[in-house]
Amino acid sequence: MNSVSDVAVFSSNDLSTRAERSLTALALSRLLKNRLAILGLVILALLIVSAILAPNLTPYEPTAMDTSLRFQPPGRGHPMGTDQFGRDLLTRILFGGRVSLTVGIISVGVAAILGTIIGLTSGYYGGWWDLVVSRVMDVLFAFPAVLLAIAIMAVLGQNITNVMIAIGIVNTPIFARVTRASAMSVRVQLFVEAAEALGASSPHIILRHVLPNCLPPLVVQTTVAFAWAVIAEAALSFLGLGTRPPTPSWGLMLNEGRNVMEYAPWQPVFSGIAIMVTVFSLNVLGDGLRDALDPTATR
Amino acid sequence: MTRYITYRLLLLLPVLVGISVVVFLLIHLIPGDVVDVLLGIQTSPEAAIALRRIFGLDQPLHVQFVHWASSLLRGDLGLSLRTGLPVSYLLTSRLVVTAELTGLGLFLAALIGIPLGVTAAFRQNTAADYAASSAALVGLSMPDFWTGTLLILLLSIKAGWLPPTGYIPFSTDALGNLKLMLMPTITLAGGSASYIMRMTRSAVLEVLSQDYIRTAHAKGLPRHQVIYVHAFRNALVPIMAIVGQQMAYLLGGVVVVESIFAVPGIGRTALESIYYRDYPVVMGVVLFVAFAYVVINVLVDLLSALVDVRIRERIARSGR
Repeated sequence: MNSVSDVAVFSSNDLSTRAERSLTALALSRLLKNRLAILGLVILALLIVSAILAPNLTPYEPTAMDTSLRFQPPGRGHPMGTDQFGRDLLTRILFGGRVSLTVGIISVGVAAILGTIIGLTSGYYGGWWDLVVSRVMDVLFAFPAVLLAIAIMAVLGQNITNVMIAIGIVNTPIFARVTRASAMSVRVQLFVEAAEALGASSPHIILRHVLPNCLPPLVVQTTVAFAWAVIAEAALSFLGLGTRPPTPSWGLMLNEGRNVMEYAPWQPVFSGIAIMVTVFSLNVLGDGLRDALDPTATR
Repeated sequence: MTRYITYRLLLLLPVLVGISVVVFLLIHLIPGDVVDVLLGIQTSPEAAIALRRIFGLDQPLHVQFVHWASSLLRGDLGLSLRTGLPVSYLLTSRLVVTAELTGLGLFLAALIGIPLGVTAAFRQNTAADYAASSAALVGLSMPDFWTGTLLILLLSIKAGWLPPTGYIPFSTDALGNLKLMLMPTITLAGGSASYIMRMTRSAVLEVLSQDYIRTAHAKGLPRHQVIYVHAFRNALVPIMAIVGQQMAYLLGGVVVVESIFAVPGIGRTALESIYYRDYPVVMGVVLFVAFAYVVINVLVDLLSALVDVRIRERIARSGR
């Protein structure tokens, strides 16, 4: 009996991966036709590469101070000028990309994994667990996202780990809601019923049948959450609740620049543009993914 | 319908209780309590124990919660550690400012977002659509703290047209008030206007794809009649819901915007209180905004149901 069900489940599984692969190929070809999404991908790739290679791209240290060089306007040697401590702004922007991307990857990664586990199990099993999860989500959604992050930072204290925790806590219920909704709609499909009838275990069904069907909205949500994480990190640091000086965080640099912008407008402007370009690239990529993964799309 | 309203309002209760629990727990997660802040480090342990007994801080957590929640029901949010004033007084005295800013922000966001979204949808895939959609995309990518900084740099420092920060009550000097509120309003409205534009565009496109629009065109109705009588009126309900949700969303943005422009509303009060470790005020604001946020969202849902026959019928069919 056991061997029969194993064989049967294996073959249904085979079908589902084959179908999924062609869907992925379809979505990818749609994404690559979207010029804005390509632009987003290129900008994002450049940001990631420049963040990784930051120490090799600049002769300066992000925190090395030289007050004789303070408030140098953009020009030779300092393409984006220097700040109030004589630090090279381009160097700080490059290293700031590391802060933004690290916070984004870790906080969104943890939130996506936790949220997906919570959403999948509550959507698939239902019952008391689903009830608890839904009520807790209702409560967490009752706080405006930025305000919740601010409140958490007020409690935890100002440092970069806590920034990631705060952003992660705010994002987790969003991922849980997205996966829960798709898990619930997949659970009643015939192929899940067939797998159950063949004796497949619940974890097996969740991982091999339900999860793949939740991936499209998850991918889109990850991009959206990443854009929000970049904004939230910058906002918290801007308000003096996030990363501490002298960390080269774009939000912190924008706030420092605000106080000196009468003499050195380049400082807030370049920091702000860095934030804007990053968020823009993630937004257009998210839009492109949403369109490409839309199951009702015909092309 | 009455059943639905009752159901939605009853469903609000556990959420409000949940919010209170979260805020209560956040206060208690803060290292050190009121007594530590009040007495400082140089104090005898006996005095601290005595004061904790007076505040009821020696009680078990659930007893403290019941105590805290029952004062909450009486509108008592505790005292500010810094000023000694009741938190509820601080909140109500600064709410007017925040309400004005939020109201103006929502008005401006709707004023820009709805016409742009409607135009973009009716002229889908034309230059007008691309221009409006691109503007919205850029708007969505500009966080409020960046827009605000840029506005101060351009309009105050470079052009010298507006004072960078400050506040004058409307009752003292209406024109001065509006002049100072201009940049905060634009900053607050920017992201919302972009969001409203995009959602309006897709709501109108959704309506335009309906059969009755094709029928209206097919029976030879003039274009403007199809647009204004058939399409726009049907898109109004979702648009209204979007604008209503933005009202709740803007409440979250006031903390940042009020801080940039030194507008003395509840958001700036909350942030200042974080710097002074005045937690009763911080949590009072968080609690108030979260309450307002959920209540506004439910009211928007109920209003959509009241206006739209289709939503009412769906509710009636589902038996709620």
